[in-house]
Amino acid sequence: MRIFIFLFIVLQLNSVYAGVEFRQFERAELEARYNVLIDELRCLVCQNQNLKDSNSDLAKDMRDKVYQMISEGKSNQQIVDFMVERYGDFVLYKPPFKTTTLLLWLGPLLFFVIAMIVLFRIIRQRTQTESVEITAAEHQRAQALLKSTLKKDDAS
Amino acid sequence: MLKVKFLLPLIAFVLLVALLAAGLSNDPRKVPSPLVGKPAPDFKLPLLNDPTVTFSPQALKGKVWLLNIWASWCNACRAEHPVLNELAKKNIVAIVGFDYKDTNAEARAWLKKLGNPYDVVVTDQKGLAGFDYGVYGVPETFFIDKKGIIRYKHIGPISFQDLDKIVIPLIKELQAEK
Repeated sequence: MRIFIFLFIVLQLNSVYAGVEFRQFERAELEARYNVLIDELRCLVCQNQNLKDSNSDLAKDMRDKVYQMISEGKSNQQIVDFMVERYGDFVLYKPPFKTTTLLLWLGPLLFFVIAMIVLFRIIRQRTQTESVEITAAEHQRAQALLKSTLKKDDAS
Repeated sequence: MLKVKFLLPLIAFVLLVALLAAGLSNDPRKVPSPLVGKPAPDFKLPLLNDPTVTFSPQALKGKVWLLNIWASWCNACRAEHPVLNELAKKNIVAIVGFDYKDTNAEARAWLKKLGNPYDVVVTDQKGLAGFDYGVYGVPETFFIDKKGIIRYKHIGPISFQDLDKIVIPLIKELQAEK
């Protein structure tokens, strides 16, 4: 039984990392950086996959490039800039904050503010409609009723 | 006033439909290239018909030219090829073929069979120069002006319709510049 579980896990892992080649790094820190980068960069062919997940030829080339640049001692920023220069912001899974992406970043906040304004308006309207307005005649009648009950109270 | 209030959900719905319709008609495969407006990256690549000789786009300084990225393994390129042949016949622009990740034998056979619209064909077997052009799907066509600046990138095959509507007017516009 145990051997089957073991095999199952091993085979699962195999399919998960099918798109990633075996790489050798001088230091563990470089490998960690490599893994972060191929996780953050998007493959342009299969657009909803990152470089780590994608089996496409282009993703492999891009992984090779990332590996090569890390081995050359380039910083993460240099590698990301290199990719953005060629493929545009689309290559980043997390888009940068700039004028063209303003709506993307602030859109949810904008919708939240609009929703809050609408909500407060509705609440205000409701509280206003609950205060009933009465005419002068009704007011007199109410006062007369109050007086009569007060007198009764005095008498008892 | 009350009527407007009742119409609000309908208006919101119509706006949402319009937004989604616009989103659907966008082709997500067409990623805008950050290279448009920038100088065409330089390369030095062997020629298809004589790999001992290299070619660099510097030879085209002062000319309007197209860089057409293609490969014999690319199906969409086959659809585009007659359009390029048609453009070549007009003789209004220099067309550089960029044979991407291909073998020379297959590329040569392709041009022999389907015709050669290119003034010159360079080969990038490993796709290293393709990297500098941000190539992610073939065919792609870059339009480069007399100053060596990329002015437009056409992603995917150029159709006959594109030829008349986009390609030829743009080439004329670029040729008219100093």
